[in-house]
Amino acid sequence: MNINMTLIGQTIAFAIFVWFSIKYVWPPISNALHERQKKIADGLDAATRASRDLELAQERAEATLHESKEQASQILEQAHKRSSQMVEEARDQARAEGERLVANARAEIEQEINRAKDELRAQVSTLAVAGAERVLEASIDEKAHRKLLDKLAAEL
Amino acid sequence: MAAGNEVTATYYIQHHLQNLTFGYHPQNGWSLAGTSAEATEMGFWAIHLDTMGWSIAMGMLFIWLFRKAGKMATTGVPGGLQNAVEMVVEFIENLTRSAFQGKNPAIAPLALTLFMWILLMNSLKILPVDYFPELFARLGVEYMKIVPTTDPNATLGMALGVFFLIIFYSIKVKGAGGFAKELSLTPFNHWSLIPFNLVLEVIGLLVKPLGLGLRLFGNMFAGEVIFILIALLPFWAIWLLDVPWAIFHILVVTLQAFIFTVLSIVYLSAAHEHH
Repeated sequence: MNINMTLIGQTIAFAIFVWFSIKYVWPPISNALHERQKKIADGLDAATRASRDLELAQERAEATLHESKEQASQILEQAHKRSSQMVEEARDQARAEGERLVANARAEIEQEINRAKDELRAQVSTLAVAGAERVLEASIDEKAHRKLLDKLAAEL
Repeated sequence: MAAGNEVTATYYIQHHLQNLTFGYHPQNGWSLAGTSAEATEMGFWAIHLDTMGWSIAMGMLFIWLFRKAGKMATTGVPGGLQNAVEMVVEFIENLTRSAFQGKNPAIAPLALTLFMWILLMNSLKILPVDYFPELFARLGVEYMKIVPTTDPNATLGMALGVFFLIIFYSIKVKGAGGFAKELSLTPFNHWSLIPFNLVLEVIGLLVKPLGLGLRLFGNMFAGEVIFILIALLPFWAIWLLDVPWAIFHILVVTLQAFIFTVLSIVYLSAAHEHH
Protein backbone atom coordinates (compact mmCIF):
# COMPACT_ATOMS: atom_id res chain seq x y z
CA MET A 1 0.00 0.00 0.00
CA ASN A 2 2.58 2.47 -1.06
CA ILE A 3 1.72 5.75 -2.65
CA ASN A 4 3.47 5.71 -6.01
CA MET A 5 3.11 6.41 -9.72
CA THR A 6 -0.17 4.51 -9.74
CA LEU A 7 -1.70 7.67 -8.30
CA ILE A 8 -0.70 9.66 -11.38
CA GLY A 9 -1.62 6.83 -13.71
CA GLN A 10 -5.06 6.58 -12.19
CA THR A 11 -5.58 10.34 -12.52
CA ILE A 12 -4.64 10.18 -16.19
CA ALA A 13 -6.95 7.21 -16.74
CA PHE A 14 -9.68 9.12 -14.96
CA ALA A 15 -9.16 12.17 -17.16
CA ILE A 16 -9.25 10.08 -20.34
CA PHE A 17 -12.38 8.19 -19.32
CA VAL A 18 -14.17 11.37 -18.31
CA TRP A 19 -13.19 13.07 -21.56
CA PHE A 20 -14.36 10.09 -23.58
CA SER A 21 -17.57 9.94 -21.65
CA ILE A 22 -18.30 13.64 -22.18
CA LYS A 23 -17.46 13.41 -25.85
CA TYR A 24 -18.82 10.07 -27.03
CA VAL A 25 -20.84 8.27 -24.37
CA TRP A 26 -23.18 10.78 -22.84
CA PRO A 27 -24.52 12.69 -25.86
CA PRO A 28 -26.09 9.82 -27.85
CA ILE A 29 -27.80 8.29 -24.82
CA SER A 30 -28.96 11.61 -23.45
CA ASN A 31 -30.21 12.73 -26.86
CA ALA A 32 -32.09 9.50 -27.40
CA LEU A 33 -33.63 9.80 -23.95
CA HIS A 34 -34.79 13.34 -24.49
CA GLU A 35 -36.02 12.62 -27.98
CA ARG A 36 -38.03 9.70 -26.73
CA GLN A 37 -39.38 11.79 -23.89
CA LYS A 38 -40.49 14.37 -26.41
CA LYS A 39 -42.00 11.72 -28.64
CA ILE A 40 -43.97 10.22 -25.78
CA ALA A 41 -45.14 13.65 -24.68
CA ASP A 42 -46.22 14.39 -28.24
CA GLY A 43 -48.02 11.07 -28.42
CA LEU A 44 -49.86 11.75 -25.19
CA ASP A 45 -50.74 15.21 -26.45
CA ALA A 46 -52.09 13.74 -29.67
CA ALA A 47 -54.12 11.22 -27.71
CA THR A 48 -55.72 13.91 -25.57
CA ARG A 49 -56.37 15.99 -28.63
CA ALA A 50 -57.94 13.03 -30.39
CA SER A 51 -60.18 12.23 -27.46
CA ARG A 52 -61.23 15.87 -27.29
CA ASP A 53 -61.94 15.78 -31.02
CA LEU A 54 -64.00 12.67 -30.52
CA GLU A 55 -65.96 14.36 -27.78
CA LEU A 56 -66.54 17.36 -29.99
CA ALA A 57 -67.62 15.17 -32.87
CA GLN A 58 -70.01 13.30 -30.63
CA GLU A 59 -71.44 16.56 -29.43
CA ARG A 60 -71.81 17.76 -32.97
CA ALA A 61 -73.47 14.53 -34.02
CA GLU A 62 -75.87 14.79 -31.14
CA ALA A 63 -76.65 18.39 -32.03
CA THR A 64 -77.22 17.46 -35.65
CA LEU A 65 -79.48 14.61 -34.65
CA HIS A 66 -81.43 16.88 -32.39
CA GLU A 67 -81.75 19.49 -35.10
CA SER A 68 -82.90 17.00 -37.70
CA LYS A 69 -85.46 15.60 -35.27
CA GLU A 70 -86.77 19.07 -34.70
CA GLN A 71 -86.87 19.69 -38.40
CA ALA A 72 -88.72 16.47 -38.99
CA SER A 73 -91.31 17.31 -36.37
CA GLN A 74 -91.62 20.77 -37.84
CA ILE A 75 -92.16 19.35 -41.29
CA LEU A 76 -94.69 16.92 -39.91
CA GLU A 77 -96.51 19.71 -38.17
CA GLN A 78 -96.50 21.78 -41.31
CA ALA A 79 -97.85 18.87 -43.27
CA HIS A 80 -100.59 18.38 -40.71
CA LYS A 81 -101.47 22.02 -40.87
CA ARG A 82 -101.45 21.98 -44.63
CA SER A 83 -103.64 18.92 -44.86
CA SER A 84 -106.18 20.27 -42.40
CA GLN A 85 -106.14 23.51 -44.33
CA MET A 86 -106.76 21.63 -47.52
CA VAL A 87 -109.61 19.70 -45.95
CA GLU A 88 -111.07 22.96 -44.68
CA GLU A 89 -110.75 24.54 -48.10
CA ALA A 90 -112.33 21.55 -49.76
CA ARG A 91 -115.15 21.64 -47.26
CA ASP A 92 -115.69 25.36 -47.86
CA GLN A 93 -115.64 24.81 -51.58
CA ALA A 94 -118.10 21.97 -51.31
CA ARG A 95 -120.37 24.03 -49.15
CA ALA A 96 -120.20 26.97 -51.57
CA GLU A 97 -120.87 24.64 -54.48
CA GLY A 98 -123.80 23.09 -52.71
CA GLU A 99 -125.21 26.45 -51.83
CA ARG A 100 -124.80 27.55 -55.41
CA LEU A 101 -126.55 24.42 -56.64
CA VAL A 102 -129.33 24.89 -54.16
CA ALA A 103 -129.71 28.53 -55.21
CA ASN A 104 -129.78 27.53 -58.87
CA ALA A 105 -132.38 24.89 -58.22
CA ARG A 106 -134.42 27.33 -56.24
CA ALA A 107 -134.25 29.90 -59.00
CA GLU A 108 -135.26 27.30 -61.55
CA ILE A 109 -138.20 26.22 -59.41
CA GLU A 110 -139.22 29.85 -59.03
CA GLN A 111 -139.05 30.24 -62.77
CA GLU A 112 -141.12 27.11 -63.30
CA ILE A 113 -143.70 28.29 -60.82
CA ASN A 114 -143.87 31.68 -62.50
CA ARG A 115 -144.18 30.09 -65.85
CA ALA A 116 -146.91 27.76 -64.59
CA LYS A 117 -148.65 30.71 -62.99
CA ASP A 118 -148.45 32.63 -66.25
CA GLU A 119 -149.77 29.66 -68.17
CA LEU A 120 -152.52 29.21 -65.63
CA ARG A 121 -153.33 32.86 -65.75
CA ALA A 122 -153.51 32.70 -69.50
CA GLN A 123 -155.82 29.69 -69.41
CA VAL A 124 -158.02 30.96 -66.52
CA SER A 125 -159.42 33.77 -68.56
CA THR A 126 -160.27 31.39 -71.35
CA LEU A 127 -161.78 28.93 -68.88
CA ALA A 128 -163.72 31.64 -67.13
CA VAL A 129 -165.10 32.84 -70.43
CA ALA A 130 -166.01 29.32 -71.45
CA GLY A 131 -167.58 28.70 -67.99
CA ALA A 132 -169.53 31.85 -68.16
CA GLU A 133 -170.68 31.10 -71.71
CA ARG A 134 -171.94 27.77 -70.54
CA VAL A 135 -173.66 29.24 -67.49
CA LEU A 136 -175.34 31.97 -69.35
CA GLU A 137 -175.78 29.90 -72.49
CA ALA A 138 -175.79 33.05 -74.20
CA SER A 139 -173.19 34.85 -76.05
CA ILE A 140 -171.78 37.52 -74.07
CA ASP A 141 -170.32 40.43 -75.61
CA GLU A 142 -166.77 39.41 -75.51
CA LYS A 143 -165.62 42.86 -76.21
CA ALA A 144 -167.72 44.34 -73.41
CA HIS A 145 -166.49 41.91 -70.78
CA ARG A 146 -162.89 41.44 -71.94
CA LYS A 147 -161.64 44.32 -69.78
CA LEU A 148 -163.36 42.92 -66.74
CA LEU A 149 -162.01 39.41 -67.33
CA ASP A 150 -158.46 40.66 -67.89
CA LYS A 151 -158.69 42.53 -64.62
CA LEU A 152 -159.80 39.31 -62.95
CA ALA A 153 -156.93 37.31 -64.47
CA ALA A 154 -154.39 39.91 -63.30
CA GLU A 155 -155.70 39.61 -59.76
CA LEU A 156 -155.01 35.85 -59.72
CA MET B 1 -7.77 -21.78 1.98
CA ALA B 2 -7.54 -23.22 5.46
CA ALA B 3 -4.59 -21.92 7.39
CA GLY B 4 -2.38 -24.47 9.06
CA ASN B 5 -0.80 -22.08 11.53
CA GLU B 6 -0.19 -18.45 12.44
CA VAL B 7 2.66 -17.83 9.99
CA THR B 8 0.86 -19.06 6.91
CA ALA B 9 -2.25 -17.10 7.90
CA THR B 10 -0.25 -13.89 8.19
CA TYR B 11 1.49 -14.68 4.94
CA TYR B 12 -1.81 -15.40 3.26
CA ILE B 13 -3.27 -12.08 4.32
CA GLN B 14 -0.18 -10.11 3.38
CA HIS B 15 0.03 -11.90 0.07
CA HIS B 16 -3.54 -10.98 -0.77
CA LEU B 17 -3.01 -7.36 0.15
CA GLN B 18 0.15 -6.91 -1.94
CA ASN B 19 -0.12 -5.29 -5.34
CA LEU B 20 1.80 -6.43 -8.37
CA THR B 21 4.38 -3.67 -8.40
CA PHE B 22 6.66 -2.75 -11.24
CA GLY B 23 9.29 -0.11 -10.61
CA TYR B 24 12.90 0.92 -10.16
CA HIS B 25 14.56 -1.01 -7.37
CA PRO B 26 17.89 0.35 -6.05
CA GLN B 27 19.53 -3.08 -6.40
CA ASN B 28 17.56 -4.87 -9.12
CA GLY B 29 16.88 -1.94 -11.45
CA TRP B 30 13.55 -1.90 -13.34
CA SER B 31 11.76 -5.02 -12.25
CA LEU B 32 8.68 -6.58 -10.70
CA ALA B 33 8.78 -6.52 -6.90
CA GLY B 34 9.16 -10.03 -5.57
CA THR B 35 8.21 -9.17 -1.98
CA SER B 36 6.33 -6.37 -0.29
CA ALA B 37 9.61 -5.12 1.20
CA GLU B 38 11.03 -4.75 -2.31
CA ALA B 39 7.90 -2.93 -3.40
CA THR B 40 8.34 -0.49 -0.52
CA GLU B 41 11.97 0.08 -1.42
CA MET B 42 10.97 1.10 -4.91
CA GLY B 43 9.45 4.26 -3.44
CA PHE B 44 7.37 6.56 -5.58
CA TRP B 45 8.70 5.52 -8.99
CA ALA B 46 6.75 2.31 -9.20
CA ILE B 47 3.41 1.35 -10.59
CA HIS B 48 0.81 -1.18 -9.50
CA LEU B 49 0.19 -3.14 -12.66
CA ASP B 50 -2.82 -4.97 -11.26
CA THR B 51 -4.54 -1.80 -10.05
CA MET B 52 -3.94 -0.03 -13.35
CA GLY B 53 -4.87 -3.03 -15.45
CA TRP B 54 -8.09 -3.87 -13.67
CA SER B 55 -9.21 -0.27 -13.34
CA ILE B 56 -8.58 0.42 -17.01
CA ALA B 57 -10.35 -2.81 -17.89
CA MET B 58 -13.35 -1.75 -15.85
CA GLY B 59 -13.25 1.73 -17.38
CA MET B 60 -13.18 0.18 -20.84
CA LEU B 61 -16.06 -2.11 -19.90
CA PHE B 62 -18.08 0.94 -18.85
CA ILE B 63 -17.19 2.86 -22.02
CA TRP B 64 -17.90 -0.16 -24.23
CA LEU B 65 -21.26 -0.94 -22.64
CA PHE B 66 -22.50 2.62 -22.66
CA ARG B 67 -21.13 3.40 -26.09
CA LYS B 68 -22.86 0.32 -27.44
CA ALA B 69 -26.13 1.35 -25.81
CA GLY B 70 -25.62 4.88 -27.12
CA LYS B 71 -25.16 3.62 -30.65
CA MET B 72 -28.25 1.45 -30.41
CA ALA B 73 -30.19 4.23 -28.75
CA THR B 74 -33.30 5.03 -30.74
CA THR B 75 -36.49 6.81 -29.90
CA GLY B 76 -38.33 3.53 -30.22
CA VAL B 77 -38.95 0.90 -27.60
CA PRO B 78 -35.65 0.26 -25.75
CA GLY B 79 -34.20 -3.22 -25.32
CA GLY B 80 -32.66 -4.82 -22.24
CA LEU B 81 -29.17 -3.33 -22.18
CA GLN B 82 -30.44 0.00 -23.37
CA ASN B 83 -33.04 0.04 -20.61
CA ALA B 84 -30.43 -0.60 -17.93
CA VAL B 85 -28.05 1.98 -19.36
CA GLU B 86 -30.78 4.56 -19.71
CA MET B 87 -31.92 3.94 -16.18
CA VAL B 88 -28.41 4.72 -14.91
CA VAL B 89 -28.13 7.75 -17.19
CA GLU B 90 -31.46 9.10 -16.05
CA PHE B 91 -30.59 8.47 -12.42
CA ILE B 92 -27.33 10.40 -12.82
CA GLU B 93 -29.09 13.15 -14.74
CA ASN B 94 -31.63 13.64 -11.96
CA LEU B 95 -28.90 13.48 -9.35
CA THR B 96 -26.90 16.13 -11.16
CA ARG B 97 -29.93 18.33 -11.64
CA SER B 98 -30.75 18.26 -7.95
CA ALA B 99 -27.21 18.53 -6.57
CA PHE B 100 -25.54 20.78 -9.13
CA GLN B 101 -26.70 24.36 -9.05
CA GLY B 102 -24.89 25.85 -12.03
CA LYS B 103 -25.12 25.07 -15.71
CA ASN B 104 -22.33 22.86 -17.00
CA PRO B 105 -23.00 20.08 -19.50
CA ALA B 106 -19.79 18.29 -18.54
CA ILE B 107 -20.85 17.52 -14.96
CA ALA B 108 -23.43 14.84 -15.71
CA PRO B 109 -21.12 12.73 -17.91
CA LEU B 110 -18.38 13.19 -15.33
CA ALA B 111 -20.70 11.92 -12.62
CA LEU B 112 -21.77 9.02 -14.82
CA THR B 113 -18.15 8.05 -15.42
CA LEU B 114 -17.31 8.24 -11.72
CA PHE B 115 -20.36 6.27 -10.66
CA MET B 116 -20.13 3.48 -13.20
CA TRP B 117 -16.37 3.17 -13.04
CA ILE B 118 -16.25 2.98 -9.25
CA LEU B 119 -19.25 0.67 -9.21
CA LEU B 120 -17.60 -1.74 -11.61
CA MET B 121 -14.25 -1.61 -9.77
CA ASN B 122 -15.97 -2.17 -6.44
CA SER B 123 -17.99 -5.01 -7.89
CA LEU B 124 -14.82 -7.00 -8.53
CA LYS B 125 -14.84 -7.55 -4.82
CA ILE B 126 -17.83 -9.86 -5.05
CA LEU B 127 -15.63 -12.34 -6.94
CA PRO B 128 -14.11 -14.90 -4.56
CA VAL B 129 -10.83 -13.57 -3.13
CA ASP B 130 -8.76 -16.55 -4.20
CA TYR B 131 -9.78 -17.03 -7.82
CA PHE B 132 -7.66 -14.47 -9.54
CA PRO B 133 -4.58 -14.58 -7.27
CA GLU B 134 -4.55 -18.36 -7.71
CA LEU B 135 -5.07 -18.17 -11.46
CA PHE B 136 -2.29 -15.64 -11.91
CA ALA B 137 0.00 -17.61 -9.58
CA ARG B 138 -0.44 -20.59 -11.90
CA LEU B 139 0.54 -18.29 -14.78
CA GLY B 140 3.66 -17.26 -12.91
CA VAL B 141 2.50 -13.89 -11.60
CA GLU B 142 3.24 -13.60 -7.91
CA TYR B 143 0.74 -10.96 -6.80
CA MET B 144 -2.67 -10.03 -8.06
CA LYS B 145 -5.00 -7.74 -6.18
CA ILE B 146 -7.97 -7.36 -8.46
CA VAL B 147 -10.04 -4.70 -6.68
CA PRO B 148 -8.52 -1.34 -7.70
CA THR B 149 -10.50 0.60 -5.10
CA THR B 150 -8.72 -1.25 -2.29
CA ASP B 151 -5.56 0.50 -3.45
CA PRO B 152 -5.33 4.06 -2.06
CA ASN B 153 -3.45 5.07 -5.20
CA ALA B 154 -6.52 4.43 -7.28
CA THR B 155 -9.03 6.16 -5.03
CA LEU B 156 -6.77 9.10 -4.31
CA GLY B 157 -5.89 9.28 -8.00
CA MET B 158 -9.55 9.75 -8.90
CA ALA B 159 -9.99 12.18 -6.02
CA LEU B 160 -7.01 14.09 -7.38
CA GLY B 161 -8.76 14.30 -10.74
CA VAL B 162 -11.83 15.73 -9.02
CA PHE B 163 -9.57 18.11 -7.08
CA PHE B 164 -8.02 19.44 -10.28
CA LEU B 165 -11.48 19.99 -11.68
CA ILE B 166 -12.50 21.88 -8.53
CA ILE B 167 -9.48 24.18 -8.91
CA PHE B 168 -10.06 24.50 -12.65
CA TYR B 169 -13.72 25.46 -12.38
CA SER B 170 -13.12 27.75 -9.39
CA ILE B 171 -10.66 29.75 -11.44
CA LYS B 172 -12.70 29.54 -14.62
CA VAL B 173 -15.93 30.73 -13.02
CA LYS B 174 -14.64 33.24 -10.49
CA GLY B 175 -11.36 34.19 -12.11
CA ALA B 176 -8.02 33.81 -10.38
CA GLY B 177 -8.66 36.96 -8.34
CA GLY B 178 -12.13 35.85 -7.33
CA PHE B 179 -10.85 32.46 -6.25
CA ALA B 180 -8.03 34.06 -4.23
CA LYS B 181 -10.53 36.41 -2.65
CA GLU B 182 -12.75 33.50 -1.72
CA LEU B 183 -9.82 31.71 -0.12
CA SER B 184 -8.62 34.71 1.83
CA LEU B 185 -11.77 36.64 2.76
CA THR B 186 -14.15 33.89 3.84
CA PRO B 187 -15.49 33.14 6.34
CA PHE B 188 -14.26 36.34 8.08
CA ASN B 189 -14.37 39.33 5.78
CA HIS B 190 -11.66 41.45 7.41
CA TRP B 191 -8.12 42.17 6.18
CA SER B 192 -6.51 41.30 9.51
CA LEU B 193 -7.94 37.79 9.39
CA ILE B 194 -6.61 36.94 5.93
CA PRO B 195 -3.92 34.48 7.14
CA PHE B 196 -6.43 32.74 9.37
CA ASN B 197 -8.94 32.51 6.55
CA LEU B 198 -6.30 31.26 4.18
CA VAL B 199 -5.27 28.42 6.49
CA LEU B 200 -8.89 27.48 7.08
CA GLU B 201 -9.90 27.55 3.42
CA VAL B 202 -6.83 25.78 2.08
CA ILE B 203 -7.27 23.00 4.59
CA GLY B 204 -10.93 22.83 3.67
CA LEU B 205 -9.99 22.61 0.02
CA LEU B 206 -7.38 19.90 0.52
CA VAL B 207 -9.57 17.83 2.80
CA LYS B 208 -12.14 17.42 0.01
CA PRO B 209 -10.11 15.10 -2.27
CA LEU B 210 -8.42 13.45 0.69
CA GLY B 211 -11.77 12.65 2.25
CA LEU B 212 -13.17 11.43 -1.06
CA GLY B 213 -10.27 9.08 -1.73
CA LEU B 214 -9.78 7.79 1.78
CA ARG B 215 -13.47 7.15 2.40
CA LEU B 216 -13.74 4.92 -0.63
CA PHE B 217 -10.42 3.24 0.05
CA GLY B 218 -11.22 2.66 3.73
CA ASN B 219 -14.56 1.06 3.06
CA MET B 220 -13.32 -1.15 0.28
CA PHE B 221 -10.11 -2.15 2.01
CA ALA B 222 -11.88 -3.05 5.25
CA GLY B 223 -14.39 -5.13 3.33
CA GLU B 224 -11.61 -6.89 1.47
CA VAL B 225 -9.75 -7.72 4.70
CA ILE B 226 -12.92 -9.25 6.12
CA PHE B 227 -13.32 -11.34 2.95
CA ILE B 228 -9.74 -12.56 3.31
CA LEU B 229 -10.26 -13.38 6.98
CA ILE B 230 -13.42 -15.29 6.14
CA ALA B 231 -11.46 -17.18 3.48
CA LEU B 232 -9.14 -18.41 6.25
CA LEU B 233 -11.98 -20.44 7.80
CA PRO B 234 -12.30 -24.15 7.04
CA PHE B 235 -13.71 -24.55 3.54
CA TRP B 236 -17.07 -25.93 4.67
CA ALA B 237 -17.69 -22.94 6.95
CA ILE B 238 -16.72 -20.18 4.56
CA TRP B 239 -20.10 -19.74 2.93
CA LEU B 240 -21.75 -19.21 6.34
CA LEU B 241 -20.06 -15.85 6.71
CA ASP B 242 -19.04 -15.18 3.14
CA VAL B 243 -22.56 -15.17 1.71
CA PRO B 244 -24.07 -12.64 4.16
CA TRP B 245 -20.97 -10.45 3.90
CA ALA B 246 -21.09 -10.53 0.09
CA ILE B 247 -24.79 -9.68 0.08
CA PHE B 248 -24.11 -6.85 2.48
CA HIS B 249 -21.34 -5.71 0.19
CA ILE B 250 -23.68 -5.36 -2.76
CA LEU B 251 -25.08 -2.48 -0.74
CA VAL B 252 -21.67 -1.10 0.27
CA VAL B 253 -20.33 -1.28 -3.29
CA THR B 254 -23.25 0.75 -4.66
CA LEU B 255 -23.38 3.10 -1.72
CA GLN B 256 -19.69 4.00 -1.87
CA ALA B 257 -19.85 4.62 -5.61
CA PHE B 258 -22.90 6.78 -5.01
CA ILE B 259 -21.27 8.76 -2.18
CA PHE B 260 -18.14 9.43 -4.21
CA THR B 261 -20.25 10.65 -7.12
CA VAL B 262 -22.58 12.83 -5.08
CA LEU B 263 -19.77 14.45 -3.13
CA SER B 264 -17.87 15.15 -6.35
CA ILE B 265 -20.95 16.84 -7.79
CA VAL B 266 -21.48 18.84 -4.61
CA TYR B 267 -17.83 19.97 -4.50
CA LEU B 268 -17.93 20.97 -8.16
CA SER B 269 -21.21 22.78 -7.59
CA ALA B 270 -19.57 24.74 -4.77
CA ALA B 271 -16.69 25.54 -7.10
CA HIS B 272 -19.19 27.09 -9.54
CA GLU B 273 -20.84 29.27 -6.91
CA HIS B 274 -20.21 32.97 -6.57
CA HIS B 275 -19.95 34.45 -3.12
